[in-house]
Amino acid sequence: MDIRIDGISHCYGGVEVLRDISLDVSNGQIVCVVGPSGCGKSTLLRLIGGLEKPGSGQVLQMGDPPVGSLNPLTYIFQDFALLPWRTVAGNVSLVLEDHGIGAAAAQKIIDDVLMRTNLSDFSEALPKQLSGGMKQRVAIARALAVNPALLLMDEPLSALDSQTRELLMDDLIALWTRQPFTAIYVTHNLGEAVRLGHRVVVLSRRPGCVREIVDIDKPLSERAFGDADLEAPQKHLWQLMREEARAADAELVNG
Amino acid sequence: MAEKKLGRPVAFRGGGFAPVPRRWAGFAVFVSLILVAEWGTRAGWISALTLPRPSDVLDTFRELYASGMLFKHLGPSLSRLVVGAAIGVSLGISIGVLIGLFSYIRSGLVPLVAAIFPIPKIALLPLFVIWFGIGEGSKYALIAFGTFTPTVVATYGAVDNVDRTLIRMGQSFGLSWWSIVRKIVLPGAMPGILSGLRISLAIAIILLVAAEMLGAEYGIGAYILEAGSLYDLERLFAGVVILSVLGVVVSFGIGLIERYLLDWRL
Ligand SMILES: Nc1ncnc2c1ncn2[C@@H]1O[C@H](COP(=O)(O)OP(=O)(O)OP(=O)(O)O)[C@@H](O)[C@H]1O
Ligand SMILES: [Mg+2]
Repeated sequence: MDIRIDGISHCYGGVEVLRDISLDVSNGQIVCVVGPSGCGKSTLLRLIGGLEKPGSGQVLQMGDPPVGSLNPLTYIFQDFALLPWRTVAGNVSLVLEDHGIGAAAAQKIIDDVLMRTNLSDFSEALPKQLSGGMKQRVAIARALAVNPALLLMDEPLSALDSQTRELLMDDLIALWTRQPFTAIYVTHNLGEAVRLGHRVVVLSRRPGCVREIVDIDKPLSERAFGDADLEAPQKHLWQLMREEARAADAELVNG
Repeated sequence: MAEKKLGRPVAFRGGGFAPVPRRWAGFAVFVSLILVAEWGTRAGWISALTLPRPSDVLDTFRELYASGMLFKHLGPSLSRLVVGAAIGVSLGISIGVLIGLFSYIRSGLVPLVAAIFPIPKIALLPLFVIWFGIGEGSKYALIAFGTFTPTVVATYGAVDNVDRTLIRMGQSFGLSWWSIVRKIVLPGAMPGILSGLRISLAIAIILLVAAEMLGAEYGIGAYILEAGSLYDLERLFAGVVILSVLGVVVSFGIGLIERYLLDWRL
């Protein structure tokens, strides 16, 4: 299933946040979205997943989601959004309970996703007992459990320290290599963008519009920490971002 | 080495503001208050008219127990308390959740709740007698009505405080409305609901005595009122002690429920 974002604009009470965003995301691709703070990245993600209605334009699902996809458009949140009163397994089971799959089938899915995220030993732990990185792995496991057609990730790693972030990036790449998933990945961190993105979309300052799209051809599995090939695109992105951030800064000063 | 001598340990200033349970402290307060009263009444600097002697109250209590009257009074009181509070609390939680979830219900009912909250429910006792009869009905109604309003207020406040990102998460995974309420809103509101319950149940005990003012032959309230009208301070205090113990038991019970239901909290 592909996703087409078709001329989306959005305002919040007179403030134009997004202007005429068009974007195609094809199956099995990770698209990273970067842009200065407040340019509407989170808003865009909410619009794509149907948590908010766009002011104009539309989001189209091209083709049918794969059979067995319980929740085609699935979020991974920055602050994990785990239910603190449920165990790791309980949090995953939450999103399976409304779909009328039998207990045995649900248990099989839970075991499978916890194994894929290396959490099998912690299935009975409560969120308060987990570190930040483990919490986000639970959130990833929960997202994988519904077999999504498109993962919508809003700065999923920015609440974590940089070592944990590296580890989780490796995890994400391993997961993708085993079974490619489609994702829109919002981030502030250009390092994450060039590690994980097949393409990187740079949004301009508010009102956010697509400033440039950078394709990175090197296969994900061959990219590594401190990869020399990624330096050029990262520098290029930084140039773009710096101009936007400067301009955004100046605008605030000028009122 | 000279440097080392110059060093001064940094003074600790991070203590306090974090109460930890000290089991014996509450007990010690009770015991010392009782001992002071006993000492004062025996020594004579507290006159028998000011305060009954604790040991006399204990004797009265023992008599009450031995004659079997204790349970004759306690039985009807407890059943009134349980039935009345159960009606009030369950209605209160349901209405509170509805107020927390629906705009129209909120706008319609919050002013109404604010209007009936400050009414002393005792003032409405005659009305309840007319509506529900002089028997048990009016007593249940009084206690239910008295526990209802604080429960409503605590519940909708607690629902308002449920983490919105969790509700968004539920919606983003396509959970049904009922699932979100049952699995996210209610558990998330539980800490607030339970602390509201402490207040509601204390109010229920207060209203129990008021309810038994009218036409109750047996009951702790009836016992206390009879003793009061005869200025029988020992019996009055024996009754009051039963109410206090009831309060402590209820509070302890809620503590247990909290520990069981809310062990996920940090
Ligand atoms: N629900 C809302 N109501 C009104 N204004 C909003 C709302 N959500 C976001 N905004 C405004 O829209 C703009 C874009 O917000 P958004 O959160 O999408 O930006 P962002 O790119 O995700 O920023 P950040 O990088 O800080 O996460 C901001 O100016 C914000 O104040
Ligand atoms: Mg954001």
